[in-house]
Amino acid sequence: MNNKGVDKSKRQFLTTALTVVGAVGTGYLAVPFLAQMQPSVKAMAAGAPVEVDISKMEPGQLLRVAWRGKPVWILNRTPNVLATLKTLDSELRDPLSEESEQPPSSKNPVRSIKPEIFVAVGLCTHLGCSPTFRPEIAPNDLGDKWKGGFFCPCHGSWFDLAGRVYRGVPAPTNLVIPPYRYITDTQIIIGEETEENAA
Amino acid sequence: MKPTRLTECGDWVLERFPITKFWNEHMAHYYAPKNFNFWYFFGSLALLVLVNQIITGILLTMNYKPDAKLAFDSIEYIMRDVPWGWLVRYMHSTGASAFFIVVYLHMFRGIMYGSFKHPRELIWIFGMLLFVALMAEAFMGYLLPWGQMSYWGAQVIISLFSAIPVIGDDLSLWIRGDYVIADATLNRFFAFHVIAVPLVLVMLVFMHIVALHEVGSNNPDGIEIKDSKDPWGHPVDGIPFHPYYTVKDIVGVAVFLLFFATVTFYMPEMGGYFLEHANFIPADPLKTPEHIAPVWYFTPFYSILRAIPDKFAGVIAMAGSIIVLFLLPWLDRCKVKSIRYRGGIFKKALLLFVVSFLALGYLGTQPVTPAATILARIFTAIYFGFFILMPIYTRWEKTKPVPKSLTRPHTLEEHFHTLEEQLPVLLEEITALKPMTTEIGDSAFKSSFFSRRPNPGGMLNVISRVAKKVKGSLD
Repeated sequence: MNNKGVDKSKRQFLTTALTVVGAVGTGYLAVPFLAQMQPSVKAMAAGAPVEVDISKMEPGQLLRVAWRGKPVWILNRTPNVLATLKTLDSELRDPLSEESEQPPSSKNPVRSIKPEIFVAVGLCTHLGCSPTFRPEIAPNDLGDKWKGGFFCPCHGSWFDLAGRVYRGVPAPTNLVIPPYRYITDTQIIIGEETEENAA
Repeated sequence: MKPTRLTECGDWVLERFPITKFWNEHMAHYYAPKNFNFWYFFGSLALLVLVNQIITGILLTMNYKPDAKLAFDSIEYIMRDVPWGWLVRYMHSTGASAFFIVVYLHMFRGIMYGSFKHPRELIWIFGMLLFVALMAEAFMGYLLPWGQMSYWGAQVIISLFSAIPVIGDDLSLWIRGDYVIADATLNRFFAFHVIAVPLVLVMLVFMHIVALHEVGSNNPDGIEIKDSKDPWGHPVDGIPFHPYYTVKDIVGVAVFLLFFATVTFYMPEMGGYFLEHANFIPADPLKTPEHIAPVWYFTPFYSILRAIPDKFAGVIAMAGSIIVLFLLPWLDRCKVKSIRYRGGIFKKALLLFVVSFLALGYLGTQPVTPAATILARIFTAIYFGFFILMPIYTRWEKTKPVPKSLTRPHTLEEHFHTLEEQLPVLLEEITALKPMTTEIGDSAFKSSFFSRRPNPGGMLNVISRVAKKVKGSLD
């Protein structure tokens, strides 16, 4: 029997080795445990495109549809509104949508394929409330500067009727424009940009 | 006493499970300062509310359905069709608000009397972790009724995580388990609310109390009772927790339950503060309510979030407003603990802080207007000023001398000496010689007890002196 005392370095090596193996094992087990909280396959598959008939829309009317569980707005803008949009640039944070999210076809000052029909995801880019549609000009509660737009009741963010965010409000970017395209003149499909790219 | 079957059974258990030792260590022989005032009720009340939440919560899970299609209706089912379901549900919802009232008062007590200071820093840290866990618990519980406010409140709070650069969007997606708040979110929040967070809460409560009983309680005078002990080794200023404080806390419990029952039975919605009106409408993912506000206990922090006109900075400020509380033991440089002996500058700073906390709380319940935003910014500045400037102003503080002990420590001999000296003098004062004894004229006999009669005038003198002394000690 060895009576020269304990070989401490061997003991240290075994302790370290066991700690490392244990940590690696815990790490491997953590991956499935954490990943099981990711969206399920069913949730990911639920984002089917939505077809909308816009033939019956009146000028100034707002239509709400659900796409991937989110509210999507379709707004029929009048020539007056389009004229006002041009005068607002100096008060906006990102008037040309350089930092905002939209498909290339909508990356223009009015943020739409056809100027009069505006399509946007109706969730504030701040913390995800759905802003209210306030087309009237200079109402009592919002003041003289209000030229019609979307007002977020949660944290007071202002957007114009092209979904562009004003300066000095909490929302960082313009409203998100979803991918969409015209099937016919009066029918759009939300969730698809081109016919081939049906995803 | 002859051992009976019962005591033998008891001994059998005690040899294997040290319940008497535990009871003595934490109750019967645990010495707490004798000068606790009503602020010291809130710790035990928090424990009571926790028990209430656990019991009513278990009963609620028996009828609640964590499913986006069924959740709202199952709450209405509990309210209308389950026997006494309304009572259990209202006790749970009122309990949530009561929990925060009690915890906020408990925290204020800690700040006021310096209970977070050396050597109690860890108690404060565990307490703050409890507060954060409690906020998580309350937030996730609020989604479960699946009303409009549940839905949009959760949408806002989860979106807070998306403000974190780089990982934010993936993180909030991971929390939701879907691209929007959906059934997956409701189901996992149910799991967290019902088992995960309560387990953490109970463990933290355990650690909070273990840490407290290791160093002992602070008190309204902020003195260390362990510094002066009597010849038997017990703190001079301490009394055993049981029976003294168990009995005192029962009075607190009775008063608390009176308020609790009044709210539960007569005003469970508390004018829309405990249960918000918009939450009586089922969740609608396409429409945010006109005015959304969190439940009252989150509004001070929500106000801070709204006051900052930048998404990421707002989230940082809101998180920061809670993180600074963790740092309190190291921000306060004043050696004196209790507000009773601290300088005027701290008293004013604390008052400003309380005012700004309440004002932020009120503003958080109101819609945003330009004037309200400016006010919220001012109060946010005061809130942070209280903490950030603390290392500076607590150094200038002119403190009063802190007594070493609540009672002057007496040695055993001193006790006997003073008694020996004072007793004859006192006797002389409250009694008078009986007339007949003058005839004898023996001075030794005069002072004896039997030759004297009660003297009302002297007694009055003694009583008024004692009364003055008591009044003086209270001042």
